[in-house]
Parts: sequence; structure tokens; C-alpha cells
Amino acid sequence: MEFTRLFELVIAASLINNFVFTRFLGLCIFFGVSKKMETAVGMSITFTAVMMISAALSWLVFTKVMIPLDITFLKIIIFIGIVAGFVQASDTIMRKVTPALFYKLGIYLALISTNCIILAVPLINAGEKYSFLESLAFALGSGLGFSLALVIMASIREKLELADVPEPFKGLPIAFIVTGLIALAFAGFSGLITL
Amino acid sequence: MKQSNTNRYLDLIKNGIFAENTIFKLALSLCPSIAVTNHLRNGVLMGIAVLFVQVMVNTTVSLLRNFIHPRIRLPVFMLIISGWVTVTDMTMAAFFREAYKQMGLYIQLIVAFASILARAEMFASKNKVAPSMFDGIGMGLGFLFALTIISFFRELLGKGSLWGYPIIDVKPLLIMILPTGGFFTVGILMGFFNWINMQYAKKHRSS
Repeated sequence: MEFTRLFELVIAASLINNFVFTRFLGLCIFFGVSKKMETAVGMSITFTAVMMISAALSWLVFTKVMIPLDITFLKIIIFIGIVAGFVQASDTIMRKVTPALFYKLGIYLALISTNCIILAVPLINAGEKYSFLESLAFALGSGLGFSLALVIMASIREKLELADVPEPFKGLPIAFIVTGLIALAFAGFSGLITL
Repeated sequence: MKQSNTNRYLDLIKNGIFAENTIFKLALSLCPSIAVTNHLRNGVLMGIAVLFVQVMVNTTVSLLRNFIHPRIRLPVFMLIISGWVTVTDMTMAAFFREAYKQMGLYIQLIVAFASILARAEMFASKNKVAPSMFDGIGMGLGFLFALTIISFFRELLGKGSLWGYPIIDVKPLLIMILPTGGFFTVGILMGFFNWINMQYAKKHRSS
């Protein structure tokens, strides 16, 4: 029973409430890094990992420290502190321990620290009062959904480079319209699971 | 002297609204531009919230600019921003209950706006209080302007109403309310502003 609930959360967060197409979060990053497949893949791996870890950390802080002390109204400040601190720490650790991996993913880490999509996961978890495992499942689903969106978009944009787009629409405007079309497709997932 | 000062402030405000419009020109802070704009009221409220945060952050940073050590400036800026966002969040939750229910998350996420941090870093930490404040007003108004336009079109076409009051009595285009409509509207408006810019540049070159 517990397992089905977690599975539902993953599916719901990745497909039905996809961060990019239905919650509109992380759009800056989404349009910024989806120009090339390689960066898109690197970004999605880093994002999913950071999301899960920061969700776990902030769940611990939120339930074990903030609720007992009755300081939940400070959640914005504390969560952003946790995320930024964790990203900074992993940046330093990765540089020392695995320079090769750092060389590949380090630049994405720097971009992440104050990104809305990373911050949204702990905020939603806190708002919905998810349990520890549910928070993790939600973070995993969100990360997968974001990766899916990035990869789809990157593959389309590589083709789009060759297309003959009207002059004023070159670059971002056409990317927005393409995203709109993908969002229309993703709207088909709504109602797949009713939570 | 007085005159030139006023002109400078006007220029700062104009710069924020047109030349460096957060959404249409810099393409930053795009999330709320689509998320909250299916209703004119939400769009305007969100714009006002951002305007308020931007002005207060710019002013605070500018006031404290001589006390912040350059090494730790980014964490300090983040702290200032999240402080003001918390204030806005709680005010909105208290006074605009209905709108807050729909856009609470996005109000909290103002804290992660690249544009606010960028202005604090690039402008307010190097300038005196008054110019920083006007810069904040300009950037905030630019954002408000963009959100108002987007939500105006989306509500008018998608619901046939404005601010909740019915205007046109035809079957509305449901697609404009859906996420897709938001992406379309922003994309088309961006293209439109690019087109205007191009026409303007062409005219300048030929004359």
C-alpha cells in the first residue's frame, strides 16, 4: 500500500504536475540550458541529485527543528540557506574528491544554488506535510519530470536551429511556442491518477 | 542640478520598463509570468509584490552597501531578499486570501528571482540610496507592466472577462487559460516586441 502511494507520487510529480509544463518552475534554466543535448543531460542529472538531497535535508530541519520551535514562518530563509549551503559544500567536496566529475558537472552546480525549482521542492513538501519517504518520492518525481522536459526540449531545439523561423521569432519566442505545444501534449496526462 | 537629477531618475525608470524589461528583454524570472497570469487580478498583485520587494531590497542593500564585506555579499543579499519576501508573503496571506491560495507558492519563490539579486548586485551595491530606489521602481514597474499585458490578454481571450467581470459574451478560448496559452502568449508578445525593435532600428538606420 505504502509502495503504491510512493509510486503514484513519482508519476504524479513527473508527468501530471510536471514542473516545467504545468507548474512553470525553473523556466530560466529550462530555456537557458536546453540548447544542446549534452548540457541538458548533465543538468538533469545534477538537478535530480541536488533536489533529492536538499529535499531530505530540509525535511529533517523542518520537522525536527522548525516545527518543535514553532518557527515555520521562517521557512523561506532557512530553506534557501540549506540549499545554498549544501550546493556550496558539494561544490567544494566534488572539486577535491572527484575532479573528473566536477569538471563535467561543476558549472551546473554553480547555476543551481538559488534556483526556484530546487527551492520549490522543500516548500511544496512542507506545504503538503509529506512524510520523509513521500518527500523523497516527490523530489525524485520532480527531478525525473524536469529531466524529461529538458531532454525533449533539447532534442527539439537542435532541430529548430535548422528551421526557417520568422526573423522576430528567432531564439526565445519560438522556444516558448514550442514549449506551449509540448505543454498541450502533457495536458493529456491530467487525470491519469487522482490523488 | 535639480532638473538633471529628475531626468536621471526618469531615465532609470524608463530603462527598467523598456530597455531592460525583465521578462521581454532579459528573459529572467519567467516562472510567475506564466503561472499566475491566467487572471488579471493575480497578475497585477504578483507584479505589485515584485515591485515592492525589488524597491525594498534595492534600498536596503544600498543603505548597507558600506557595511557589507564584498566576500560575503551574496549570502547577505540573499538574506535581505528572503527577509523582504517573507514580509510580502505574510502580508499577502493576511489581506488577499483568495488570490494567495492560488499563487502562494509563487510569492514565496520571488526569493529565487535572478532579476532581484542581479539588480542588488549590479546596481544597488554600487549606488546611492535614491538612484537605487528609482532603479528598483523602474525594474518593478517593468515587471508589473509585462505581467499586466500577459494576464490582460489571457483573461480576456480565455475567460471573456477582465478582473472577474464579464466583458465579451462569446464562448471563450479555453486554451488561453491552460498552461499552453501562457507559453503562446509570452512567445508571441516577445516576438512582437522584437519586431517593434527591428522596425525602430530600421527606421533609425535609414534616416
